[in-house]
Amino acid sequence: MLKTVILIGGPQKGTRFRPLSFEVPKPLFPVAGVPMLQHHIEACAKIPNMKEILLVGFYQPNEELNRFLMCAQQDFKVSIRYLQEYAALGTGGGIYHFRDQILSGAPEAFFVLNADVCSEFPLPEMLAFQKEHGDTHSFVILGTTANRKQSMNYGCIVENQQTNEVLHYVEKPSTFVSDIINCGIYLFTPDIFQHIGAVFQKNQQDMLLDEQSNGWHRAEVIRLEQDIFTALAGQGKLYVYKTHRFWSQIKSAGSAIYASRLYLNQYHQTHPERLTSNKDVGPKISGNVYIHPTANIDPTAVLGPNVSIGMDVTIGAGVRVRESIILHGATLQDHSCVLNSIVGWDSTVGKWSRVEGTPSDPNPNDPYAKIDSETLFRDGKLTPSITILGCNVNIPSEVIILNSIVLPHKDLNRSFKNQIILRSPDRPLILLRL
Amino acid sequence: MKALILVGGYGTRLRPLTLSAPKPLVEFCNKPILLHQVEALVKAGVSHVILAVSYMSELLEREMRAQEERLGIQISLSHEKEPLGTAGPLALARELLSDSEEPFFVLNSDVICDFPFEDMLKFHKHHGKEGTIVVTKVEEPSKYGVVIYEAETGSIHRFVEKPQVFVSNKINAGMYIFTPSMLQRIQLRPTSIEKEIFPVMAEQGHLYAMELQGFWMDIGQPKDFLTGMCMYLQSVRQQAPERLRTGPGFHGNVLVDPTAVIGENCSIGPNVTLGAGVVVEDGVRIKRCTVLKGARVRSHSWLESCIVGWCSSVGQWVRMENVTVLGEDVIVNDELYLNGANVLPHKSITESVPEPRIIM
Repeated sequence: MLKTVILIGGPQKGTRFRPLSFEVPKPLFPVAGVPMLQHHIEACAKIPNMKEILLVGFYQPNEELNRFLMCAQQDFKVSIRYLQEYAALGTGGGIYHFRDQILSGAPEAFFVLNADVCSEFPLPEMLAFQKEHGDTHSFVILGTTANRKQSMNYGCIVENQQTNEVLHYVEKPSTFVSDIINCGIYLFTPDIFQHIGAVFQKNQQDMLLDEQSNGWHRAEVIRLEQDIFTALAGQGKLYVYKTHRFWSQIKSAGSAIYASRLYLNQYHQTHPERLTSNKDVGPKISGNVYIHPTANIDPTAVLGPNVSIGMDVTIGAGVRVRESIILHGATLQDHSCVLNSIVGWDSTVGKWSRVEGTPSDPNPNDPYAKIDSETLFRDGKLTPSITILGCNVNIPSEVIILNSIVLPHKDLNRSFKNQIILRSPDRPLILLRL
Repeated sequence: MKALILVGGYGTRLRPLTLSAPKPLVEFCNKPILLHQVEALVKAGVSHVILAVSYMSELLEREMRAQEERLGIQISLSHEKEPLGTAGPLALARELLSDSEEPFFVLNSDVICDFPFEDMLKFHKHHGKEGTIVVTKVEEPSKYGVVIYEAETGSIHRFVEKPQVFVSNKINAGMYIFTPSMLQRIQLRPTSIEKEIFPVMAEQGHLYAMELQGFWMDIGQPKDFLTGMCMYLQSVRQQAPERLRTGPGFHGNVLVDPTAVIGENCSIGPNVTLGAGVVVEDGVRIKRCTVLKGARVRSHSWLESCIVGWCSSVGQWVRMENVTVLGEDVIVNDELYLNGANVLPHKSITESVPEPRIIM
């Protein structure tokens, strides 16, 4: 039988997803209309023999997570549990800590998925690949091709082209190593814990010798990428399965919109019922659009492409929404225009207002381009990016909010461009680090 | 009586509009700028208007023939082939202006106000000297040349160009009335009337200032064109409110040509002028704008402080603000944002202009 572990991180991680991650843990943020994690779970639940999905992370128990787990259990008929780390133990330390739970029931293999990736999840293909490569205990990393420049932002994999063995692995090198990158999706066998265990022992010994324990370096903090893969490369145990299907990281709010586009497109094959089509009554739909059944939309609105409308959203007459995510309970008043933005829960955009961001999409002319790891500031100025309205933000009528981030519970009274709005609207404060 | 209107040259400050039409023919509140002045002159008894131009335009000539007929007056064009400054054109038109003893008017073609031509004539005849300059009060006099004069009589002492400290808030409003004998002071060469002619006349006690009542604006550039429009529309409200459009969806002073078509759920005004044949589609909000003849504003767009050129088309869900000026026949694609864009004629705009610039 098989299992899956999904690494969901914790509140100290995902800071680039603020202010949206103030309201909801990032793995639960809706992408293409459903929580980010649900795409992972749907892919896993389709695998015959998938008996259990374990979420590993260091979020404190919270309402949203519990609710999500309960619903997911019911919908997917597979056991789904949350295992909370007592501290951030790293991508390897977490699964090592819970190895007994992972191995209970004697699974022959288990997937490990990072929560903040968007993927087609070619899990059956990885299983078939694993049977044909190495021995029964070999491990598989899912890889994809990036362009040379961007590859250095990821884990780089050097592959033996005949055997697909991983010859060399390095995480975020400063010089070019390989254009095959780590997708953060792995297939392990129980043997992996021997290797992680070895690193754990070594760390403990190092610590005893070092005598410096400032709390940041714990023996139990083990990173799969730097500590395990680098060592396993070239040992005949680690293989890479390359995919050409869609894949993206979801690190920032801008990448959530890009990931939505990828998943919405996939819905044509996997969930056509989630896509809205043009009907005689109802708003005009262009491209792929998800609309929650409880949303209330004026028939003169024009939506899409790449739009997700959440629960209880109200959209007035003559509203235009494109390349955006409108979260639960938000209201877009008549004639407003929302482009390349995320409108937060229960926010309001006034009449004729324009909420606009700058897309950070990968170069469409380069098939291997990935979404940029955005830096918030460049040359002392805010980099133009997706506009984000946090939860419960009120935008008055007739203004423009351009390339700005508005923190939650703000009532604005004028236009803003290229700013982070934190305090009272009359005194915008520019932060150096969000 | 006669009047000389200093039309000048290419009207570069009002580009891109003046790339398609000579400045005097650009419609200000649905009437060519020149016609505002000429009609007021005719009302004051002027029967011959001379346009001093440095750039000949067939379009202007043709239009003037038509107005001659319509108003029953004579319109001549005086063409300076080389630059003559601000006084030279008077010398060039000397023959036409001095064939009678009657005083003649001179005005700067960019000036809009409640033209006080009858009052000017009375005032000028009363003091009996050679020249009268109309002055107006402004908030920022150091941008202009100020006039220092005796409050009681109006006798001008001197002029100060762009004063560094406050000396007076009255500036030259660009409207004059002269006795023909004054023409002897001007030679046919490039001459500045403010620097060479007026100071001498003032010293000799031959120059008087008459203070203008009411609004005044030099509409030679787009920002001031719009400000002048607001002032003019307010004056219309006071003098002929029936010309303005009111009702649900209209706010403040709005002037709409009878052939313009406005859709549903629009919000127009305050301070909007819509020209002949203009089409405004559903759900449009327009504030403080001039929309010239034949233009179309498509649904759900939002415009503030803009000039939309003749036959242009503004797409759906467009936002334009901050003195965006579209020349003739410009197309703005849907969903764009134009902030202070200055767009030359026949251009298609396919990308937003988030910061002010010129689009060629």
